[in-house]
Formats: sequence, C-alpha cells, structure tokens
Amino acid sequence: MEVILIFISAVLVNNFVLSYFLGICPFIGVSDRIESAVSMGFAVTFVLTLSAAITWLINRYILIALNVPFLEYVSYIIVIASLVQFVEMFIRKTSKTLYDALGIYLPLITTNCAILGLALFGALRDYSFIENIVFGIGAGIGFTLALVVMAGIREELDLADVPESLKGAAITLIIAGLLALAFMGFAGLISA
Amino acid sequence: MGITILFVSLASMGGVGLILAVILAVADKKLAVKEDPRVEKALEMLPGANCGACGFAGCGAFASAIAAGKVSVDGCKPGGIDVARKLTELLGLDEAVSVSPTVARVFCSGGIKETVMDKVYNGIRTCISANLIGGEKACLYSCIGFGDCCEVCSFDAIHMDENGLPVVDLNKCTGCGECVKACPRNIIGLTGYDEVVHVYCRSFDKGPVAKKACKVGCIACKLCEKDDETGAVKVIDNLAVVDHEVNKAPVGSIRRCPTKVIRVSKPVSGYEDEFKEKIQLEAFEEKKAGTSK
Repeated sequence: MEVILIFISAVLVNNFVLSYFLGICPFIGVSDRIESAVSMGFAVTFVLTLSAAITWLINRYILIALNVPFLEYVSYIIVIASLVQFVEMFIRKTSKTLYDALGIYLPLITTNCAILGLALFGALRDYSFIENIVFGIGAGIGFTLALVVMAGIREELDLADVPESLKGAAITLIIAGLLALAFMGFAGLISA
Repeated sequence: MGITILFVSLASMGGVGLILAVILAVADKKLAVKEDPRVEKALEMLPGANCGACGFAGCGAFASAIAAGKVSVDGCKPGGIDVARKLTELLGLDEAVSVSPTVARVFCSGGIKETVMDKVYNGIRTCISANLIGGEKACLYSCIGFGDCCEVCSFDAIHMDENGLPVVDLNKCTGCGECVKACPRNIIGLTGYDEVVHVYCRSFDKGPVAKKACKVGCIACKLCEKDDETGAVKVIDNLAVVDHEVNKAPVGSIRRCPTKVIRVSKPVSGYEDEFKEKIQLEAFEEKKAGTSK
C-alpha cells in the first residue's frame, strides 16, 4: 500500500516538474515535439530508476555506515555523471536505433536536477530500497507525463493565433504555470 | 576526530570515484563501437559553423548522415560546391553533384533617403520590436533598418549601409537563411545564382499609397507587364513579380520601370559567366545603358 502511495504521489501529486519545479530545463527545451518528449522522458525514467537504486546503496553502505552524510551531494553527483556515461555507452553498443532516437538528450540528463533531487529526497525520507526504486520510477513517469502534456499543448499552439508579444518562450512559460496550477488539483487525490 | 573525518571522507569518495573510473574505463574498452572513419574526415571538410542550414543539429550530425549515405553531398549550403566536391571524393562517388548556390538578397530599396519617415520610434532598437508598432517609415512593407539580419549572420556577410539598408556581401553569403528568418517584414529572400533580375520592393500597397510613402517603391503601374517581351513579369497584388522559370531576362521591363525597382542583380561570385549568358548583358547595354546597377 505504502509503495502504491509513493508511486502515485511521485507521478501526480508531487510531480517533479510541475510541483517541485525540478528538471525545468528539458521541460522547456525538449517539449516542442511529442516524439522527442517521449524519448527524453524514457531516458530520464531509465536513469532515475537506476540512480535511485545506486544512490540508496551508497547512502546506506557508505555515507551512513562511515558517518559522513555531508558528502551526499558529492557522491551523488559522481554517481549520476558516471551512470549517464555508462548508460550512454551501453545503449550505443546494444541499440544504435535507441541511441540515435535519444540523441543529445542522453548526455544532457547528467545536468538534470531532477535526478539529484530524487537522490536527496530518497535519503531525506528514509525510504527502503524497494520504496526508493518505486519512487524513482514514479518520478520518471511523472516527468514523462509533464513533458508529453506540454509537448502536446505546444504542438497545438503552433496553429493558434498567439499575440505577437507572447510568442515563443513567453507563452510557453505561461502554459507551464497553468499546468502547474492544474497539477495542484491532484493534491486532494490522496487524503491521508 | 577532525582528522579522522577528513581521512574517511577522502578515502570513501576517492574509493567511489576510483571504482566508477575503473568501471567506465573497462566499459569504454568493452563497449567500444567502431565509428565510420569517414565521419571524422567529413566533419573536417565541413565549415564547422553549425548553422543548421542542412536541417541537422550541427556539422557533426550532418557528417554522420553523409557517411551513412542518408543525405546528398550538396546538403551543406555554406560549404557550397567546394565542400560537395570534397565529400564526393571522400565517399568515392562517380561525379560531383551540381550545386546551385543560393544567396540572400534584400528586396527593399527604400532607405532613409528614399522613404518618408512619418513616425518616431524610441523603443528597443531591433526590427522585431519596432515592427510591433509599425517602424518609423511610412511604408509598412519596408526595411525597418535596425539590422536584426546583421545580428544573426554567422558569416559576417550582411551589413547596414549609411542609407539604413542591409547590404549582402555575396562573396561571404552562404545562403543559410538565418537573416531571412530574422527579418520581421520578409524583405530578405534566398535566390538562386541563375536568377538575375529581381523586383527590389515588397510593397503590396496600391500605386498612390506606395508613391506617397516611398520614391523607389513598386507603384503597380503595370508598365513592366506591357513592355515585357519574355512574359516573365506579372503584377500580382499591386507588386511586380519576376517568374524565374522563364529563362530570359525581361530587358524591356527593366528599362521601362519608372521607379527602377526591377533591376539586374549582382552576380554570385564564381558564376559571372552563366550570369552573363542569361542576361545577355551586352545586348542589354547596347539598347540602353545606365539602368542596370
């Protein structure tokens, strides 16, 4: 039950992008076409899940065991950066198609603060190993959802008659704000 | 106590870093993918401006596509015929693909001297902002003159002259089309090397309105249509348009135009001969000198 709650909370109620405002850069940058938004979403979900597992292990067996919790930022950054590198090499070797589809978005994940945010949240909330992984998957799916919704709106927006002064980034940011407001509605979903 | 924490920190982070480094180093060897060596060579041949005119994210992506044989060698517009020939050699293709270079041309003749300035604009000095309230000139189709096109040019090929009009340096212009996108009034267009005659006005205003606003605008008098022996010139929506499919220069129209907005364009460097052949400049100069620019 607890696990399901964590999952739904990460996807909808505490959506990483629209409620915590983490990972805004790809949210704005990669949300102009649904196709690329889906690719980016899956890549991030993949890395989030893996890093959730590894950072949990690092936190439990190195940081807490050695009593050096202040090193969490440093260690998480090292892990995330290496992980993205590794994933990139792996995907390149195993599936050229997937590698081409993800393109530049893959290395960009290194600097996505949602990944670091997830690692820090996980440590803060004292999740168990399984819970942390579910949290990672949920956060990834929530990120994908936000990106795809945004991309869908922006594809429609290309056809809309936007006032001259609001064209481009301005209208995108307004939509992001409205979307965040809409997602606030999910706060009533779980009455604990 | 303090010293211990220092050592523990160093050891733990160093350890984590070392382990990850070893994993990555091993992965790099084990998971190495053989790259097509032609990709790197192709990349060296490209101009490296990453202008995106080829439709790819940058020169790197274009080089990969070239090596994979997905795109034609003439895809790089800035590189032009030289790069296309080099790429042809690299890929071992039979013959060089013919490339018609395109250059940007500015289709407005109304500078500060010619066009009536009936408004004062004190806002941000960019065309895109000034365009919101109509710019300073009476003609709403004219060049605004704040040089947005010069700002975006990666090749330093377009500059504003003293008359407040952008001038394209045809030797430097690569036809990437960035200035075309930047101009809010759409007065810059990409033209092929064999398009020799253009209408240097974009005003759709009716004759009297256009005449009031600018000394050198198209006033839709239709004299060009009348004197055109080739059938290339038509007045559509109060603006003369030259049909470049017609393979002959409309000399009569050029001579007749009262405001001289139909003009012979400067040839693209390297294509002067083809240019001359098409315009038959000698015959034209015999008839009447002084109208070509």
